[in-house]
Amino acid sequence: MSLIEEIDYGTPASLSEKMITLTIDGNEVTVPEGTSIMRAAMEAGIEVPKLCATDMVDAFGSCRLCLIEIDGRNGTPASCTTPAMEGLVVHTQTQRLKDIRKGVMELYISDHPLDCLTCAANGDCQLQDMAGAVGLRDVRYGYEGENHVFAKAGIAANDRWLPKDESNPYFTYDPAKCIVCSLCVRACEEVQGTFALTIEGRGFNSRVSAGGRHDNFIDSECVSCGACVQACPTATLTEKSVIEIGQPEHSKVTTCAYCGVGCSFKAEMRGEELVRMVPWKDGKANRGHSCVKGRFAYGYSTHKDRILNPMIREKITDPWREVTWDEAYKYVANEFRRIQYQYGRNSIGGITSSRCTNEETYLVQKLVRAGFGNNNVDTCARVCHSPTGYGLKQTFGTSAGTQDFDSVDYTDVVMIIGANPTDGHPVFASRLKKRLRKGAKLIIVDPRRIDLVRSPHVQASYHLPLRPGTNVAVVTSMAHVIVTEGLFDEKFIRERCDWDEFQDWAAFVASPEHSPEAIEQLSGVPAQALREAARLFATGGNGSIYYGLGVTEHSQGSTTVMAIANLAMATGNIGRKGVGVNPLRGQNNVQGSCDMGSFPHELPGYRHISDDQTRDIFDKLWGVKLQDEPGLRIPNMLDAAIDGTFKGLYIQGEDILQSDPDTKHVAGGLAAMECVVVHDLFLNETANYAHVFLPGSTFLEKDGTFTNAERRINRVRKVMSPLNGYADWEVTQNLAKAMGLGWDYKHPSEIMDEVALTTPSFAGVSFDLLDKEGSVQWPCNEKAPLGTPIMHIESFARGKGKFIRTEYVATDERTGPRFPLLLTTGRILSQYNVGAQTRRTDNVIWHEEDRLEIHPHDAEQRGIRDGDWVKVASRSGETTLRALITDRVSPGVVYTTFHHPTTQANVITTDFSDWATNCPEYKVTAVQVGVSNGPSDWQVKYDEQARQSRRIVPVFDAAE
Amino acid sequence: MASEGHKTTATKLVYMANQIAAFFHTQPKDEAVAGVADHINHFWEPRMRTQLFAILEQEDNGLDDLVVEAAKQIRKPGPVPA
Ligand code: SF4
Ligand code: SF4
Ligand code: SF4
Ligand code: FES
Repeated sequence: MSLIEEIDYGTPASLSEKMITLTIDGNEVTVPEGTSIMRAAMEAGIEVPKLCATDMVDAFGSCRLCLIEIDGRNGTPASCTTPAMEGLVVHTQTQRLKDIRKGVMELYISDHPLDCLTCAANGDCQLQDMAGAVGLRDVRYGYEGENHVFAKAGIAANDRWLPKDESNPYFTYDPAKCIVCSLCVRACEEVQGTFALTIEGRGFNSRVSAGGRHDNFIDSECVSCGACVQACPTATLTEKSVIEIGQPEHSKVTTCAYCGVGCSFKAEMRGEELVRMVPWKDGKANRGHSCVKGRFAYGYSTHKDRILNPMIREKITDPWREVTWDEAYKYVANEFRRIQYQYGRNSIGGITSSRCTNEETYLVQKLVRAGFGNNNVDTCARVCHSPTGYGLKQTFGTSAGTQDFDSVDYTDVVMIIGANPTDGHPVFASRLKKRLRKGAKLIIVDPRRIDLVRSPHVQASYHLPLRPGTNVAVVTSMAHVIVTEGLFDEKFIRERCDWDEFQDWAAFVASPEHSPEAIEQLSGVPAQALREAARLFATGGNGSIYYGLGVTEHSQGSTTVMAIANLAMATGNIGRKGVGVNPLRGQNNVQGSCDMGSFPHELPGYRHISDDQTRDIFDKLWGVKLQDEPGLRIPNMLDAAIDGTFKGLYIQGEDILQSDPDTKHVAGGLAAMECVVVHDLFLNETANYAHVFLPGSTFLEKDGTFTNAERRINRVRKVMSPLNGYADWEVTQNLAKAMGLGWDYKHPSEIMDEVALTTPSFAGVSFDLLDKEGSVQWPCNEKAPLGTPIMHIESFARGKGKFIRTEYVATDERTGPRFPLLLTTGRILSQYNVGAQTRRTDNVIWHEEDRLEIHPHDAEQRGIRDGDWVKVASRSGETTLRALITDRVSPGVVYTTFHHPTTQANVITTDFSDWATNCPEYKVTAVQVGVSNGPSDWQVKYDEQARQSRRIVPVFDAAE
Repeated sequence: MASEGHKTTATKLVYMANQIAAFFHTQPKDEAVAGVADHINHFWEPRMRTQLFAILEQEDNGLDDLVVEAAKQIRKPGPVPA
């Protein structure tokens, strides 16, 4: 094993298709026009010394180290800023160049501490490397002159010197080591798009500044993505983990386990200790970038709260008792068989996790279908993107998002509906902002003024602040404008869609009740703005739609997805780069868990359980007879539990008590079961109701694959041994064995082979292929051996695209005198979903608690001041949290995140759900808000119960 | 006010069936009945369909006409294999 070193070409690749040829040091090199001489040289294997260039950002040309000579031209131009041109003859090493470079290095070093031996970057420092590369042997100026290195100048204070900034929990900034190359500033601007850093002052006085109140990182606009740390050629910006542990010695490429962007990282290790995560430049989802979660927030994997031994208890009021793995498996197997004997075959089920690997998910659904002998398997994708699956399948013929992330580089108009990419999908947001800075237009449809509406160098053309719950009305109304103003793409529709269905749909949307003027009253969106936005989308070039949970988590979630698909088809925005319908999936493996057959009505590859041919494949391979009826979905399982017909549940890596709506109903359902098995890293909230706890493993501790929002199958690679002893797939396999199934997978690759064998869209996928290609996007089979970046290129998966009428039906969750405000929910950058992981890292510094955002007008009416404790009550329940007064939300709307269990936001959400998929309506709850003096009764009771149920009686001589 | 007490499963099933009907009401008439039946056949577990048939027996069951009409095309669950 060794450290994966990536080549730094010095400047970004040119996208030009025109090729030119030049000669560098006697070698002929052919490169795309627009390539810098530095990059051309590197492609020929010649590394020109450099300090202020890297291929992640545009060249700036300030260090004067990368000089070259060109035949027939005077002077010594910088190779990073000089474009390669046809026929040039370039020399990278001449006496003149050598002398200049030595002089440049001498100057740098004369203002740089010489503590290399004890410096954290020792061995990984560009300045050190360059001193070596240019043959620097002596510094003539001495180190006593004006400098930034020493705190004292003689006995007086050196006012050029600045102390270290350690305010960020993950990296330090040591100005004494800065060479003012501005790479960090450019990385923050160009890669991350936050513009937090500037170079202050000029000449010898210039230095990097984070601005903000105290000019330190934590109080600045910095979002801690780490791009600047990665770009810094010196030890100035360095990960604290490197300072503490030292330089890594080997690395493996793996995939982030947080969000659906699915960033690729090099996990850089020293032994089994993780030193740092560095985004991998060849990662096709992230192209070398990351956010604070993936790069830094992995500390939960070794957190002291992790449970490492299996535990059992007969009653949920008992304390936990540690047992051996065998005892635990035996107990579960006996209980599940007893329950099935007593209450029938269909009285138990399982829940797969969108955080676990494809292989693990596949095994859980296999255990349910082949081992339990029923189809009661569901996944938490139920509560986020099930409407995407349904809506896109109806209209396009497959539930898949249509593009890859690279597509955003080719888009001209982006419409974002019900998603907040800078917080929810940060690396996608950075890539989007890059495109927006180059001139693409932006339309935002969201009740709240999300950051993208206005941020440095980004300004949305339109923000349509609709009332929560009126998505269908607004999107259908955009279609109204497009149809009635004749802006639809007739040629595309005639070729690719069913023309009769289009006409039926067009007549439907064209009716006056769908006009922007007619719906303004109910949606709150000004008609004129809606009209202009629709025109822009239809006529602005490549139009793409990105959407998130603000679309799906509604009683009309599936209908909105169809409305979005209609809009894309009507404007001809399907089947090429830069367009498409792009669901932004929440958790890392939501896509994969759906692909792997986690839904009760579908076998892997989205094939309905009633399909005889498909069942036959599995019947034969597994040696069973699958039931041809759909199983229970999560909410139905809970209902059945309360009715007494559902008694046992195996939950892998999910916390349904915290993540599912109407907490009291979930708690009631769980409490009614006789054997709840929770398989997780921590004693999560659901575990309060569990009888068996099986310790889980983290993504660092296992092999497998995750599939991101662009259908990209990425490898997850084991870099350390599981602290609990077993990867999750092994635990499921052992449980299956205890239940009498003869499974014998030796490695997750064998599970993927089984998926490929049984599932046509995965037929070409194998670990070998992934190791070779880095990643592939399904469908990947004979027709597309290297996968499918863009779907529906020549025809839709279902043949002709289907236009479907989308009538707005108001949700029954309405405001009234008792509950006059609408609550909607979301997430923030530094925390992840229910927060079980991120709360156990230093990320808490950015988000100590969930706050209720409320408009100043509504706050004043209720006498609420910023920071007050307030009570939020709905028809379901009530909770308390602190208020944050802001005009980001409109009057009548309040907003909160749900990252902390004590907030209990889901105590207030109702059990209303999407008509087609039962995806809960998280995004609309009618509430009342008032000042309060502390936690609600429920919170107090809940805390006490949680405390009680986490008691563990240690067994000291557990016979292992 | 529904969720202030605990809703029974039956109440929920009626509500869900009517929600499905509400969508298909807006579709072309000939597709609507089949649409409701198909949807329920595809996504409702046998227990849920059995309960739905029981509800259909009752008068004033609160079910949308479209659901009642679709009932003929909804599959009757067979016995659960042991
Ligand atoms: S902090 Fe690092 S990247 Fe930024 S200017 Fe200084 S040396 Fe360059
Ligand atoms: S961590 Fe990211 S946001 Fe913060 S200064 Fe560096 S590049 Fe900018
Ligand atoms: S959380 Fe998402 S955006 Fe951030 S590093 Fe992980 S995959 Fe990338
Ligand atoms: S690398 Fe070209 S001037 Fe610094």
